[in-house]
Amino acid sequence: MLKNKNTIDEIISRFAGKKGSLIPLLQEIQNLEKYLSKETMRYLSEKTGIKLAQIYGVATFYTMFRLKPQGKHIIRVCKGTACHVSNADSILTAIRTSLKLTEEKDTTDNGLFTLMVVACLGCCSLSPVIMIDSNTHGKLTSEKVEQILKKYN
Amino acid sequence: MSLTIKVGLASCGLAAGAGDVYNAIARYLKNNKLQAHLKQTACIGMCFAEPLMELSHSGKNTITYGRVLPEEVGSLIEAYQSGNPKTDNIILADEIPGSENDNLKNQIRIALRNCGIIDPESLEDYLDRNGYRALEKALRKMSREEVISEIKNSGLRGRGGAGFPTGLKWEFAYMSKDKKKYVVCNADEGDPGAFMDRSVLEGDPHSILEGMAICAYAIGSDEGYIYCRAEYPLAIKRLNIAIKQANDAGYLGRNIHGSIFSFRIHIKEGAGAFVCGEETALMASIEGQRGMPRIRPPFPAQSGLWGHPTNINNVETFANVSWIMLEGSGAYSRFGTEKSKGTKVFALAGKIKNSGLIEVPMGMTLRDVIYKVGNGMLTDKPFKGVQLGGPSGGCLPESLLDTPVDYDSINKTGAIMGSGGMVVMDSGTCMVDVARFFLDFTQKESCGKCTFCRIGTKRMLEILTRITRGEGELEDLDKLEELAVNVIKGSLCGLGQTAPNPVLTTLRYFREEYISHIVEKKCPAGVCKALIKYEIDPEKCVGCTVCTHKCPMACITGERKQIHKIDQEKCIKCGACYEACKFAAIIKS
Repeated sequence: MLKNKNTIDEIISRFAGKKGSLIPLLQEIQNLEKYLSKETMRYLSEKTGIKLAQIYGVATFYTMFRLKPQGKHIIRVCKGTACHVSNADSILTAIRTSLKLTEEKDTTDNGLFTLMVVACLGCCSLSPVIMIDSNTHGKLTSEKVEQILKKYN
Repeated sequence: MSLTIKVGLASCGLAAGAGDVYNAIARYLKNNKLQAHLKQTACIGMCFAEPLMELSHSGKNTITYGRVLPEEVGSLIEAYQSGNPKTDNIILADEIPGSENDNLKNQIRIALRNCGIIDPESLEDYLDRNGYRALEKALRKMSREEVISEIKNSGLRGRGGAGFPTGLKWEFAYMSKDKKKYVVCNADEGDPGAFMDRSVLEGDPHSILEGMAICAYAIGSDEGYIYCRAEYPLAIKRLNIAIKQANDAGYLGRNIHGSIFSFRIHIKEGAGAFVCGEETALMASIEGQRGMPRIRPPFPAQSGLWGHPTNINNVETFANVSWIMLEGSGAYSRFGTEKSKGTKVFALAGKIKNSGLIEVPMGMTLRDVIYKVGNGMLTDKPFKGVQLGGPSGGCLPESLLDTPVDYDSINKTGAIMGSGGMVVMDSGTCMVDVARFFLDFTQKESCGKCTFCRIGTKRMLEILTRITRGEGELEDLDKLEELAVNVIKGSLCGLGQTAPNPVLTTLRYFREEYISHIVEKKCPAGVCKALIKYEIDPEKCVGCTVCTHKCPMACITGERKQIHKIDQEKCIKCGACYEACKFAAIIKS
């Protein structure tokens, strides 16, 4: 049984009959549930008649869709060109060190943070840049990163 | 109430703390019961000096302060009001010195004409700057054919990168016979290092809507989509506000300006796929499918979205349209070179002093863009290269700095104009690493449809990774070139066809650096981790223990006030100690 069944039904009915609605549908459901679980995708397929293979295909094609549970805060580390030449790698290392996240892990054990590397946040003049949820932090150093992370709990 | 205060609240300004500055001003005005008009605006392009605050008052010089701190806004406003303004950190000013007064003089701002000047969330502000008058002129006084020929005559070419003549593209869509046609704005700015479109969307969203509406009238469409990447939440928010305002005021919707022309616009949020910047992939994504390109022909102008004729232009292209319609094609084509008319917006980033957004006439040399408009190198380290066009473009050396920026001259160098990202690099940048960086990006973003793009880029990346680890062989360079040529030939869309450009240009202009990595096993710029070593200079180390606390691997040992040592076996070469040491006692070799 899905936890947010009623809300999901409401979202589905809002998009019913609209063409090209699979991506916004998945986006809204992900906003609600933080990720797309197998159960949710299966339910969506049953309700809408869109083939499960198509849903899974779309969900795995786009980087925004997440198939695993996420932390409370999402940290996006920019690895665009400007950030790369401004040593974004050291920022990534500093975050991993500070959150005690090993290379294999993206989400902290306490479920507070999920770490993602993204191509470009478009704030190149403030490189290196990270985005936590919808807040952008620029001109970072390893020290600043630690202080910023402490503000989120 | 004649004091007006403007604060730049675009993404870059907000990241630099402009939101706190804005709130501090609001508090100051309230606490001091000062009557003033506090407004938000977006990005004037001087990101390097954010947060920015502009003070203006009838009878006084308008002054823009840069690097404003929330705690100083009160004293700045007070001094300004008293007629004795503070002189530190003046960026722009009338009649008195400002550090960037000349900066804007070297620019011609057409696409960016309203950015940083108007409040992007105010329709009135846009209307005050001749907003929607071009659409009115087109609907009331011009036939559809006249609109198309005006755009053709202006010489405007697609600003997304490929540079296809815009008027011609419109004409193809116009000639396609179908009751249903679509106009699409490509706002999926995916090139790392580029943020022109974001700034226009955040700073002047109505100009995009007006440009799209004029296009829709010309080609005979009644419905449009803006495909915007989800990484730009502020742009999406402001577009939504603008669309609602335009609908309510009758600039969009049914029977615009009392004509038979109707046009509505939807926003589609991207979901993160670089390949969706390619027009056929973008359309697949709007249709709700995996964003994979398909073979052209049929071109979108014949069969696009859901099989209907579709005209796709990029944000900057649309931003130019209403200006051309009002000022005339001749006013536009006055700027630029023979084959590249008008102006181009560039995002300056990397090791350059004035990083930010600029708009210059086509044909200006790269040297002038970097040194005159961009104010030169950020640090004492010398210029090494400039990267144009992101992952599809290339790196150009000092010797090519006199190349004029126009489509054809840039193409001749092996780079491309691209959407306008310009990343300046100094001697601390390793060109092999840069090539590897771009290939890593394109290889991950390849949609997987074409074998050469999917596997060829993977093999190229493996070779480049080997070289940066000091495990390369000289024949790898030939292999790279051979693969590059085949990836270009064997790929369907622009992603694969241009992916090898960063490798080819660095091989052409910085070949000696590849050879150093392969033969001497050295990275001259000191970037490639496998080829560098961090050591402690016993002469300089004072034993402050700062580095031991910073080291993520706990591999630096030493008692307080004793000389420290790095365990080379455990060191991951992250450079944290190098960055942290205040005595320059960490040596990178």
